[in-house]
Amino acid sequence: MRIRFDFAALCRSKPKEYAVRFFFGGTVTLLAGVVAHYCGSSVGGLFLAFPAIFPAGATLIAKHEERRKRKAGLDGKERGRLAAALDTRGAVIGACGLFFFAFSVHSLLPVLPVAAALGLATLAWFASSVLIWRLR
Amino acid sequence: MSFLLRFLIGGLVVCAFASLADTLKPKTFAGIFGAAPSVALATLALTVSQDGRTFAAEEARAMLAGAAAFAAYALTCLELIARWRWTPLRATTASLVVWFASAATFWFLLLRSR
Repeated sequence: MRIRFDFAALCRSKPKEYAVRFFFGGTVTLLAGVVAHYCGSSVGGLFLAFPAIFPAGATLIAKHEERRKRKAGLDGKERGRLAAALDTRGAVIGACGLFFFAFSVHSLLPVLPVAAALGLATLAWFASSVLIWRLR
Repeated sequence: MSFLLRFLIGGLVVCAFASLADTLKPKTFAGIFGAAPSVALATLALTVSQDGRTFAAEEARAMLAGAAAFAAYALTCLELIARWRWTPLRATTASLVVWFASAATFWFLLLRSR
């Protein structure tokens, strides 16, 4: 299956939806910092893999799909749910990639500059996720 | 001040990954970005500057357990949405219980003594 970009999709999200994502993402990051500060690295580290993007993303995908179908005079509820299910399947794959990210950061951070370690770990997350997506 | 910085950087990184996911097709591929390491990227650089590399590396080790909890969370969401026909909002909110329960279990079994 070919991977495509649809930049028009950016216009489909309303400013309020971006604000919700910003607020939720900021709050989770802040929470991860506070927990690590007061409870130590072993508890704080758990929150580095808290689902910050996915809940709002899956909900908005369903909403957008529903809105699109309703404009065409159809009941888009079922279609919206199916679109969210496909998105969720991708999130399962991305979560597997998070293992490779965390393992790479843990191994590389003590020996490489921070930017290089995080960059390579992100690459590991992306490459492993794409590989699993291709093989599924 | 550092907490405000964390909030702003976290919000921006999450928005960036979410916007990238919006533009991608097919949806299963875009979904990968729903599990992007956004919070980790926003947090770890700041952690290194404030608490040092060793602390950040230990956080990354604990993140392995968080990633397992995320996988359990996403699988539960998939089951609830695809098979039980729950709405995505209901499924993604209710399944957060699974993330917390899995994370607590992995922490208790693997990380408690560290």
